[in-house]
Amino acid sequence: MNDPLPVQYVIWLMNALRGDLGESIVSKRPVSQDVLTFFPASFELVMFSTIISVPLAILIGALAGRRANSIFDNIVRVFSYVGIAVPTFVWAVLALFLFGYLWKVLPIMGQLSVGIRRPPVRTGMMSIDALLAGRWDAFVDHLKHMILPALCMSVGRIAQEARLLRAGIIENLKKDYIVAAISYGIPERRVMMTYLLKPSLIPMVSIMALDLASSMGGSFIIETIFNWPGFGRYGMWAMLNKDLNAVVASVMIVGIFFALFNILVDVIIAYLDPRIRVMERAS
Amino acid sequence: MKSIGSLLSEDQRESLKRNWHKFSTNPLSIVGLITVLTITFMAIFSPWIAPYPQSWGRWIDFSQASLPPSWKHPCGTDIYGRDILSRIMFGFRYDLLMAVCILAMVVPSGTFLGLVAGYYHGTWIDTVIMRITDIFLAIPSLVLALAICALLEPSLFNSMMAVSLLWWPWYSRLAYSLTSSIRNEYFVQAAELIGANPLYIMFREILPNCLSPIFTKMTLDVGWVILIGSTLSFVGLGAQEPMPALGNMVAVGSKYMPDYWWMTIFPALAIAFTILGFNLLGDGIRDLLAVEEI
Repeated sequence: MNDPLPVQYVIWLMNALRGDLGESIVSKRPVSQDVLTFFPASFELVMFSTIISVPLAILIGALAGRRANSIFDNIVRVFSYVGIAVPTFVWAVLALFLFGYLWKVLPIMGQLSVGIRRPPVRTGMMSIDALLAGRWDAFVDHLKHMILPALCMSVGRIAQEARLLRAGIIENLKKDYIVAAISYGIPERRVMMTYLLKPSLIPMVSIMALDLASSMGGSFIIETIFNWPGFGRYGMWAMLNKDLNAVVASVMIVGIFFALFNILVDVIIAYLDPRIRVMERAS
Repeated sequence: MKSIGSLLSEDQRESLKRNWHKFSTNPLSIVGLITVLTITFMAIFSPWIAPYPQSWGRWIDFSQASLPPSWKHPCGTDIYGRDILSRIMFGFRYDLLMAVCILAMVVPSGTFLGLVAGYYHGTWIDTVIMRITDIFLAIPSLVLALAICALLEPSLFNSMMAVSLLWWPWYSRLAYSLTSSIRNEYFVQAAELIGANPLYIMFREILPNCLSPIFTKMTLDVGWVILIGSTLSFVGLGAQEPMPALGNMVAVGSKYMPDYWWMTIFPALAIAFTILGFNLLGDGIRDLLAVEEI
């Protein structure tokens, strides 16, 4: 602790590379162990929200782009403006109000209902744990608990991604090869699926890395509100308690995931757009 | 007495009229403009137009506590008997103040760094500045803001500091990409040939050509800054009670959520309208200036 700052940083970095992130001041456990305990639950939530949001965004965006300026398109436009403008915590609070008070069909707190035994922990992602243990009741109950937090996390993403896809489709509709395909009389559905969708997905996919990472950031708020025992709630709690080692670790891990998502997205884009592959090879 | 119109030349009046026409053909931009003007008006004149100005701070009137919306209190009152509508008007004040202060700190510094890096494109100056920028961009802004705020004392000022610390990279990146393409234009080369001072070239030759994208990004960013600011105050790391910041009001209200719903819903709606208004206005201005990069 008496060393100058750069030396301390190098020491910290060396330890971090060995997987030692220091000890949490509040929980008195190694931070890396805490992270391993809490991270899978968050990862599960973020992945679940991705599974909900991406197909929905593609569906909404594709329909709106194909029927530009129709009533449906205008509804989607209003939805995407509102979806982008309303912060996640407002959605969460509204969801708590609607489902916790007015219309009690979905659970609003935690991971499992009272009375259902936890499946044994193997991966830390409870839905997979439940399936591995063959506990169908726990699996279904857990999925129900995931719906609201995941939806609140997804609204902004769906809005933004659908809007980008719509813009992409409208732009590509003007391209010669699409006009040619339509004038040859190729059925509209086929033009859409085989020629139009793939190039139009590119701007949407490139924003997805950013969205995934900001979902990770959003999980700090969402997990706190929905009492989800994950990494975000852990990080938030560490921040409010000024638990420095844990704060540094949580920021670092979100950063690492951001980088990983970016690499993944580059791969997906190279798959979607052959031109990028060719250019890479040429250079 | 001269009217404002006669102060401008014929050409300026003409282009103003044309731009206004272009802007006003999109009804959404008009909605955005009206929302922003209303909110700004309420923010500036809140002490005079708020129905219960004393609701700003530590005011307690238990005879009026926790009243549902009525004609007397259109948005209801909170548990101390403070009028929520008045508090929302004061809340606009803090949120707008925050956005203005943050942008005032962030835009000049970010733009300056981007300009310098773009002008010395390919040298070590470029590398140093842009790599530092990348480091800041590598972590989602919300998480970084939360972390910085958590380490400081929670207050409105510190949350503004935290947000500005992580917002400048966007401007330096924008200014960088604009500058590095403009710096190869003939007029910049000509200025270099005459032997003009690099500072002169940066500020008088290059900067004016970057202004409209930067200005557009500023309008679009007001909404985002308010969003992050209200999230910070929602988790208790921004403005503190009894200061009426909107995120703060949502957080306090959500404790009494199902029964006293108006304490949460109205401030939440106010946040949504503010951000929506600025986004719509920003989109309108982007279409007007035909900026494509943002």
